[in-house]
Amino acid sequence: MGKQLLLDNIHAPGIATLGVYREFGGYKALEKALKMKPEELVDEVKKSGLRGRGGAGFPTGMKWGFLAKPEGVPRHLVCNADESEPGTFKDRYLMERKPHLLIEGMIIGSFALGARTSYIYIRGEMMYVYHILEQAIQDAYDAGLLGENIMGSGYSLDLHVHPGGGAYICGEETALIESLEGKRGNPRIKPPFPAVSGVWNRPTVVNNVETIAAVVPIVNMGGEEYAKIGVGKSTGTKLISACGHINKPGVYEIDLGLPVEEFLYSDNYCGGIRNGNKLKAVVAGGSSVPILPAELFLKTAKGEPRLMSYESLADGGFATGTMLGSGGFIVMDDTASVVKNLWNFTRFYHHESCGQCSPCREGTGWMEKVLYRILDGHGKKEDVDLLWDIQSKIDGKTICPLGDAAAWPVASAIRHFRSEFEEYIKNPGSIKDVKHYYRLHNEKEPAY
Amino acid sequence: MPKVTIDGHEIEVPKGTTILQAARMIGPEVAPPAMCYYSKLKTSGGYCRTCIVKVTKGSAQNPNPMPKPVASCRTEVMDGMEVANFTSPDLLEARKGVVEFLLINHPLDCPICDQAGECDLQNLGYEHGAAKTRYDFERRTFEKIDIGNKVQLHMTRCILCYRCVKTADQLCSNRVHGVLNRGDVSEISTYIQNAIDNEWSGNVIDVCPVGALTDKTFRFKSRVWFTKPVDAHRDCKTCAGKARIWFKGEEVLRVTGRKDQWGEVQDWICNDCRFEKKKVSDWTIEGPSHIDRHSVIAQNHYELQNLKLDVGRQLNKLAGEAEKNNTNTSTKKATAKK
Repeated sequence: MGKQLLLDNIHAPGIATLGVYREFGGYKALEKALKMKPEELVDEVKKSGLRGRGGAGFPTGMKWGFLAKPEGVPRHLVCNADESEPGTFKDRYLMERKPHLLIEGMIIGSFALGARTSYIYIRGEMMYVYHILEQAIQDAYDAGLLGENIMGSGYSLDLHVHPGGGAYICGEETALIESLEGKRGNPRIKPPFPAVSGVWNRPTVVNNVETIAAVVPIVNMGGEEYAKIGVGKSTGTKLISACGHINKPGVYEIDLGLPVEEFLYSDNYCGGIRNGNKLKAVVAGGSSVPILPAELFLKTAKGEPRLMSYESLADGGFATGTMLGSGGFIVMDDTASVVKNLWNFTRFYHHESCGQCSPCREGTGWMEKVLYRILDGHGKKEDVDLLWDIQSKIDGKTICPLGDAAAWPVASAIRHFRSEFEEYIKNPGSIKDVKHYYRLHNEKEPAY
Repeated sequence: MPKVTIDGHEIEVPKGTTILQAARMIGPEVAPPAMCYYSKLKTSGGYCRTCIVKVTKGSAQNPNPMPKPVASCRTEVMDGMEVANFTSPDLLEARKGVVEFLLINHPLDCPICDQAGECDLQNLGYEHGAAKTRYDFERRTFEKIDIGNKVQLHMTRCILCYRCVKTADQLCSNRVHGVLNRGDVSEISTYIQNAIDNEWSGNVIDVCPVGALTDKTFRFKSRVWFTKPVDAHRDCKTCAGKARIWFKGEEVLRVTGRKDQWGEVQDWICNDCRFEKKKVSDWTIEGPSHIDRHSVIAQNHYELQNLKLDVGRQLNKLAGEAEKNNTNTSTKKATAKK
């Protein structure tokens, strides 16, 4: 097992309460941070090499450095807890078990950025986590860790939790900001970036839950020490939520740079494929990233063993690589159907598209319908090429990355599993009923 | 002042100009089409993606090309920027894709649509789209909704350009007009069908690029190419009173704002002028409106500068021409059709 910086003591009884959290060394980092200068804290984060854990992997220190600091204009730190990517459930686990870790990270981050009011934007479906956070924040206020003059340092901070209405799109930072302001959660057109004009047109930093939580160990151990964990530009530890056809699904904290083979087969982590089945494909970082077949996943196209790191997983670009993404690790054994899985993903993106720009609004629905037609046994032989053409016309043409996220799984599935699509079209008899999904949700299945 | 090169044409523009505006300054030969951008509405644009262009050189300081096509209506020019629009085959292919997306859920029933003949989507499809559709699924449909007693909304035709939402936002107070739902089932609506009770609300008809918002006082009265647009004005307490009135014979069938070369109204007009003033005596006629000769509205259209006051000489000339060309009218029609 690697270092457990975020998940240490996660099973300790009562770790969600302030008292137990402090017994295990909680809020030590805050004490240390409040004695430092804000710029020093930003420098520590820069030194740590911490990269955004929400999916894009943008260096956090650099993001904090970009924050505009005009005179007399308040700044905000916003925590993006709208975790809704299929396959990703690491933030929820962290928040429900150790809410104070996030709150401590929020206070340190806000202090480093000079924010006096900060927000946690939580996904609407996770209402029970919202209540846990509310309770934790109340406890922190009562203990003088939030509010006026925190720990006698003269720094004051208000922290609010804001539940969303249950839209995946509000995980996109500018849509999140719109939603936080009380508007319809449509992504904004960038520029201006949130670092210049975010919440209420004030400079804003939006960070993922895990990114903010990782600031706590960085302050505790020092940025340089943190940077020693990991490999190359992928420093530190990362939470991976493993699911699918593995023996031990769950949330694991790994040192970045762990070989994927070890992660997949070691008993410390996933524990191998269920029933001793053969590995077929892996979606390494949440539904948005390209799917990879087993042979390309375990070894890169050059024949090097693949590591769990930003660079190694992206090796080979989209042709033979994928992305670390948000750490939603979905494993499929040889009983799984890539086409069916893809239809489910595409259905999700169709449902979650905000409808603002045309390629994503119309294209996602079109792809779902074509995939449904294939799965319903009425696929045409030109449908695979049609799907490829539709995804290529969505990719890169939209306002926000949701369009890309909808296009990449389609592109990669066709790239690596084209024969499976063709098999479905040639032998429609081999297909099991897929209508149940629509019946389950009281929806009308696509007509053709 | 930053200099920008679009399809090989260099132009110097004020700081803060967008690529689309700069392209329009050069002329229609380089201007990308726009379905959602409206220069008179703040924060409009960026949604339809038809105006995407390729930035092949970011700026003089940073000559790297931009990785993705950008929405020209919302991207400001930088000094030394180089933009490819009609000169980039990839981009034209991408735009064709966008047009296809706009059309897959749009009914292709132009012959029974009231907007046909002055529809931006029709023009766009003609210029940038494919001849055949590849979409063979059921298209989304909605019931028609009345927005007030003068405006009808037919969401089935809507391409969600948000222009009417911005109009309602920026012209009308007490906004009750917005977007409901999400994704491809989102719909423009006044909340629970509240009417926009405002003297400017009729302008949503003019900004609508398709036949989704139509004038109930004009619906199905005539095809637009049978009506003749004439610029006219009147003393109005609310608006500037500069409008375009559409004649069929002696009768005024409808009143709209005056649209410029880019299909945008020059002055907003009030509902009183638009819906109530339908007598010739209400208006001071200025003369025939300028209509692009490529438009179907240009059929049988004549312009003021061609109209000689000396009718006698005019008739002589026409007679002379008629002799030359045998039938004058048929050639005129033929050129108009081209």
